[in-house]
Amino acid sequence: MLVNSSLLLAAIPATAFAAFPLPLLLQRYGRASAALAAAAVMATCLALLLLLAPATLAGSTELVQLAWLPDYGLDLSLRLDGLGLLFSLLICGIGLLVVLYAAYYLPASDRLGRFYATLLLFMAAMLGIVLSENLLMLLVFWEITSLSSFLLVAYHSDKYESRSAARMALAVTGGGGFALLAGILLLGHIAGSYELSVILAAGDRIHAHALYAPTLILILLGAFTKSAQFPFHFWLPTAMTAPTPVSAYLHSATMVKAGIFLLARLYPALGSSDLWFWLVGGTGAVTLIYAAAMALFRHDIKGLLAYSTISQLGLITLLFGLDTPLSVVAGLFHVINHAIFKASLFMAAGVIDHECGTRDMRRVNGMFRYMPITATLAIIAAGSMAGVPLLNGFLSKEMFFAETVSYPQFEPLGWALPLFATIAGMLAVAYSSRFVHDVFFNGEPIDLPRQPHEPPRWMRAPIELLVLLCLLVGIFPGWTVGPLLDAAAAATLQDTIPSFRLALWHGFNQPLLMSTLALAGGVLIYVLRAPLFAWQEQLPRMHPRTAFERFHRHLASSARRLVAMLDNGSLQRYNALLFSFVVLLAGWAFLSGPTAGIRLPGQAADAAGVAALIALLIGAVGATLLYRERLLAVILVSVVGLVVALTFIRFSAPDLALTQLAVETGTIILMLLVLYYLPPRQAAKSSAQRLARDLLLAAFAGAGLGLITLRMLAAPLETIAGFYLEQSIPGGGGANVVNVILVDFRGFDTLGEITVLAMVALASHALLDRLVLFAPGQDADGRRWAGEAHPLFLSMLIRPLLPLALTVSVYIFLRGHNEPGGGFVAGLITSVALVMQYLGNGIAFAQPRLPRQPARLLALGLLLAAGIGVASWFFARPFLTSAHGHVQLPLLGDIELASAMVFDLGVYVVVVTVVLTVLSGLGELSLRARYRSET
Amino acid sequence: MDALLAIAVGVLTACGVFLILRARTFPVLLGLTLLSYAVNLFLFASGRLRVDAPPLIRAGASALTNYTDPLPQALVLTAIVIGFGMTAYLAMLALRSLSESGSDHVDTDQQP
Repeated sequence: MLVNSSLLLAAIPATAFAAFPLPLLLQRYGRASAALAAAAVMATCLALLLLLAPATLAGSTELVQLAWLPDYGLDLSLRLDGLGLLFSLLICGIGLLVVLYAAYYLPASDRLGRFYATLLLFMAAMLGIVLSENLLMLLVFWEITSLSSFLLVAYHSDKYESRSAARMALAVTGGGGFALLAGILLLGHIAGSYELSVILAAGDRIHAHALYAPTLILILLGAFTKSAQFPFHFWLPTAMTAPTPVSAYLHSATMVKAGIFLLARLYPALGSSDLWFWLVGGTGAVTLIYAAAMALFRHDIKGLLAYSTISQLGLITLLFGLDTPLSVVAGLFHVINHAIFKASLFMAAGVIDHECGTRDMRRVNGMFRYMPITATLAIIAAGSMAGVPLLNGFLSKEMFFAETVSYPQFEPLGWALPLFATIAGMLAVAYSSRFVHDVFFNGEPIDLPRQPHEPPRWMRAPIELLVLLCLLVGIFPGWTVGPLLDAAAAATLQDTIPSFRLALWHGFNQPLLMSTLALAGGVLIYVLRAPLFAWQEQLPRMHPRTAFERFHRHLASSARRLVAMLDNGSLQRYNALLFSFVVLLAGWAFLSGPTAGIRLPGQAADAAGVAALIALLIGAVGATLLYRERLLAVILVSVVGLVVALTFIRFSAPDLALTQLAVETGTIILMLLVLYYLPPRQAAKSSAQRLARDLLLAAFAGAGLGLITLRMLAAPLETIAGFYLEQSIPGGGGANVVNVILVDFRGFDTLGEITVLAMVALASHALLDRLVLFAPGQDADGRRWAGEAHPLFLSMLIRPLLPLALTVSVYIFLRGHNEPGGGFVAGLITSVALVMQYLGNGIAFAQPRLPRQPARLLALGLLLAAGIGVASWFFARPFLTSAHGHVQLPLLGDIELASAMVFDLGVYVVVVTVVLTVLSGLGELSLRARYRSET
Repeated sequence: MDALLAIAVGVLTACGVFLILRARTFPVLLGLTLLSYAVNLFLFASGRLRVDAPPLIRAGASALTNYTDPLPQALVLTAIVIGFGMTAYLAMLALRSLSESGSDHVDTDQQP
């Protein structure tokens, strides 16, 4: 071969996934371009497959592996063997026909780009499923088919039925996909790999494992929901609201076969056990018979076809469940046959719908006269579905019958299985007869919206080709599908294939007798349909679909109730819930933690400590009790702030004390400014119930954090402080360890923090933008606010203070690396000094004299900090590596300069800008405020 | 001393939580400030309480045990500044919401 075959294999899904948006891009050149693009993609994939086919048919397995996330067992690995080839030929071949068909079927007003793109995405995902070597990857493709089929079923998205049908299909298959995910994870856990090569060879180990049963059940849930097996079948008839090309492609040939594919693919790993027999065989048998009976009673042509599809899928499932090599072969054979005849039947149903405007078999009658060619084609395909000799459906049904006759187990009830199979065969004949007789004969059409006639030439072409295949396979099975079936069976069984003979004539034997009985009995059932229909009419309407819908409604309404309970739009409620949850969680952790009692303090409390605590309690409790007296509350809170600052001083944290004092000043000014605008109206008293709730929460939170503090203080200290203390001078070039940590060791954290601050400034700027508030003309007691100019004494005193304060802040900034100080503190001091100018001289004086570009300054600060970090890259060091050295300056003497100081300068600029933006922004409000007395 | 600090943290938390649960914006602002004090003290205490041992390396002093843990201090320092940012932002929100809705209730949507 000229080209590497691994490359060819990888090219198949790659082409499909890369090219799926093509129709969308080309639709502006017309419907034909979109359709041609889709056809070209399908044809390319098909051609690549055909290039690879000879080697695969000869029995080789092509593997491609690309490491992706090897730690999680997820690799991009592909596998092409007989089974994959069989399914991918169906996917590409029937896909190509559906593309042609859809171009004629869908209304001329549709642009088709979206449709074809979704169809191609679906095809790509299906190819992904059947060509995956890695099960996790298979699962990803599996989910993509669910999603893209959702879009395809909901093609008529303006119709409620389409949307709800699509939603139901997605819910059922998506739910199955969820189970499948769990099953695959278990399987990978048992086998130790997600690669099929490993899993398929580990059958014995998997069967012996304790988790075999749950693994099997979960994987089967995935397969059964996808393949519409009872009791998950109900989504398929509902999904018939999809355009017919979609039904022909997804609901006959491909997606519903994905579940079957999974059964076949994992057969060597999971098959051959009693549990497999009962679950797979049992589900298949129930589905086969139930859906066949349901199909008979449908009046909608597509409904009949949908139930017949479910029934035929049940038949294939049953064959896999019978668990003999030959039954597996029969199952694979029926996969091919069913795809061919059912796709052509769906397309014929689409033609009838298209020509008549309805699909109701009580009205669509006698079509043979109006469209003889289509009718002949549909009758042949229906014959194949019924199992009429010379057609492909006959052969696989014959194999099914033969399997039931020679089934080894079930000794005492040897006759039961063949009898069951014959009855199922009768029902298939009956619903096929109903389709043929009701639609094409049975008198004249009743009240059709349109005058039916033959469809356009090329709309019929796909049906002709498929029906031709029905005949070819039916008459020359060994010559047409023999090699493919051999290769697929070998790949499925991972073993030598049993000897079987694909032929039309096997002599007079039991299966032939059963076929004859089925044909005769089926026709008889159809002839006697009138009493059956009457009997069915009076049956109570019990349908899994209604159960699903009720469940769905119930789920939605409980979700709404829960949301209404939790998310009622009340911040108070959210906060209460949040605090309760935190209290519960922390309480649980606290109580279930180590139970060592709380040892009371090592250091004795001294008078100063007690006095500070008393001051703090007065401040905190006073502010809480008197929060309605707003001004008083602000003053009380500032007392708490002072005590906190003193605590920092006492316990060896001078930097914190400086910062706290500076921030305190800013906070108080901020609160006073806000207070001015807040309405003086007193808040209504909280209800007793709410008060009790809040007090309880507060008590629990306070007691909890207090206890946690005690326990923490009692626990032995484990710290990484040693590193910072040791490395501060040699590594960071500074004696003030706190500052070195901030600007050097953990500089990246600080960079993040000043970014947050910058965002606060920008957000405040935006929130205050053009904000107009009512300013009170008088206070709560009715006294007018003072309107005089700023006191001269104050303003004159404050102006010369500015250079002084700035000098102090420069000093604090420069010494920060070695003594308490640094960018944060210096920034706060500078901003307080500047805010003083506002306070003393008024906004009108200060505003023009100060820089008014917060965004630029913030950017400057952040760039300084980040830039010095980036600069270390030029010295081939990691981000934010610092350098330091000594410089002799006149007057000041020896100054230690560290690159970290530039970083600190960035911090300084940001802090100053933030505080100024916020406070001066608030101050500016007064220039725009409207006075209540004037309005 | 440990017990005093624990009491302080507990009382500040309780007062902060209670005020945050009030219905008007101003007490929420006060509550947030009190809660920030509590959390900062708590974080600070995780480095333990030591007197006369500021983390300023003195020339000649070789023993590193004479210094208190600097890491919680660094964390609290930024926490204080960020806390101011939070308070400021909340204050702006409160004013904006007052201007949009004409009320200083935290749940302006709930007002009939």
